[in-house]
Amino acid sequence: MPYPVSGASIPSAPVSSKSDSTDIPFDQATEGKAILAPADVTRVVDRIAHQILEKTSGAVDAVLLGIPTRGVPLAHRLAARIHAFEGIDVPVGVLDITLYRDDLRLRGARAIGHTEVPAGGLDARRVILVDDVLFSGRTARAALDALQDLGRPRTVQLAVLVDRGHRELPIRADYVGKNIPTSLDELVRVLVAETDGTDGVVLYGGRS
Amino acid sequence: MIRHLLSAADLDVDRATLVLDTAAELANLASQEVKKLPTLRGRTVVNLFYEDSTRTRISFEAAAKRLSADVINFSARGSSVSKGESLKDTALTLQAMGADAVVIRHPASGAPHRLAEWIDGRVVNAGDGTHEHPTQALLDAYTMRERLGRIAGLRVAIVGDVLHSRVARSNVSLLATLGARVTLVAPPTLLPLGIERALGARLRTSFDLDAVLPESDVVMLLRVQRERMNEAFFPSAREYARCYGLDTARMRRLPQHAIVMHPGPMNRGMEIAPDVADSARSTVVDQVTNGVSVRMAVLYLLLGGSAK
Repeated sequence: MPYPVSGASIPSAPVSSKSDSTDIPFDQATEGKAILAPADVTRVVDRIAHQILEKTSGAVDAVLLGIPTRGVPLAHRLAARIHAFEGIDVPVGVLDITLYRDDLRLRGARAIGHTEVPAGGLDARRVILVDDVLFSGRTARAALDALQDLGRPRTVQLAVLVDRGHRELPIRADYVGKNIPTSLDELVRVLVAETDGTDGVVLYGGRS
Repeated sequence: MIRHLLSAADLDVDRATLVLDTAAELANLASQEVKKLPTLRGRTVVNLFYEDSTRTRISFEAAAKRLSADVINFSARGSSVSKGESLKDTALTLQAMGADAVVIRHPASGAPHRLAEWIDGRVVNAGDGTHEHPTQALLDAYTMRERLGRIAGLRVAIVGDVLHSRVARSNVSLLATLGARVTLVAPPTLLPLGIERALGARLRTSFDLDAVLPESDVVMLLRVQRERMNEAFFPSAREYARCYGLDTARMRRLPQHAIVMHPGPMNRGMEIAPDVADSARSTVVDQVTNGVSVRMAVLYLLLGGSAK
């Protein structure tokens, strides 16, 4: 099955051994297929920043909450781009969802990450959740539950760099960097310079 | 993570640090608007208490409830234990009711170990006889790290009835794991014979509190356990207070940064003077607060991993 490919192909993208929201066991030796090159990631982030400005009437009352691990640097980048475009400072926070996951029984206890709510709080704000990959939708569901315990935002939106499909819950993203049709045995890995040394989106596995 | 928490020695450096780090994150969440977390929804935690306790039982209950577990409190008094039911039969009853975790306090040393053989759920030792009280050691370590920034290299004096103290035993074990240097200070009658040989180079003993205080970062006072004092271990309560009680004058011998800990309940005027208990150095209240976070961490890490 052919996959839409944009941009140049990176030969063999570095693979982080860290688990992320899509940590399916896969053969690390498999050569990945580059879906987005570093320059594409920059363009996509710029576009989402513009869309956020557009959809929130100039990021009024907006708060960006990154979901660890890679949602956090992405949230900071979006804030930086929004600042560059319009000179607006959007508060950035971190929302760890470990304690709200629904697969605790299946996967066992994980180390808990740090949740950081920006100084202004979340009440009556437009909260934009930022994650790297939207897949089953379970992370977003857990994030909504976690958010409920932190305050009462006016609206909650979801921004993701990649939507790879296969939703298991009625959840959609408000801002999508790139839609990538995948099969279930494939793995989409988002790389960000802050944690992986380079930017990019790479597709691994599947029938070859 | 391990299956049960029966002894502080069950924890190596990595696991102990994981518990403390998890507790620190959970403590942060205590400041959020809704303190209750859905993490252990649908799990049942039984508090099985064969010995009187207020703070430990309440602390475990609060910890389990904040994680949304269902809590069943079982105290020996007023239950079929007073009709002569054995620990094993009680354990099988709890098992049949589907307890995911049992928090047990028992006057017999080793009771939690036996219990762990009989039931499928996780067992947490909340104090057994004169043996161990691992969550107390964890919350003490957490409090030291919070107040002094580290545990490795700290000089900790544990003062009082070491012989009968499960708090002392668990602390000695955990603090050794985490790299602190412990000095046990007690009258000769209350210090187990040959303990320094048994536990090695990290442990020292002394009979002289005044000599130890100036070189201590932490002073941990143990409760004089009147209920276990069926023999004369020291001539009188006043003499004990004179020699081993921490009063204001003694407290001045401590370095500026040093903290004073007590697992509670305190005998004010006996092992700790009221002024000392209420001073800025005293961490007694912090220890209670931290106890809930640490027990939440323990329940989360034990129950979270129960994939069959």
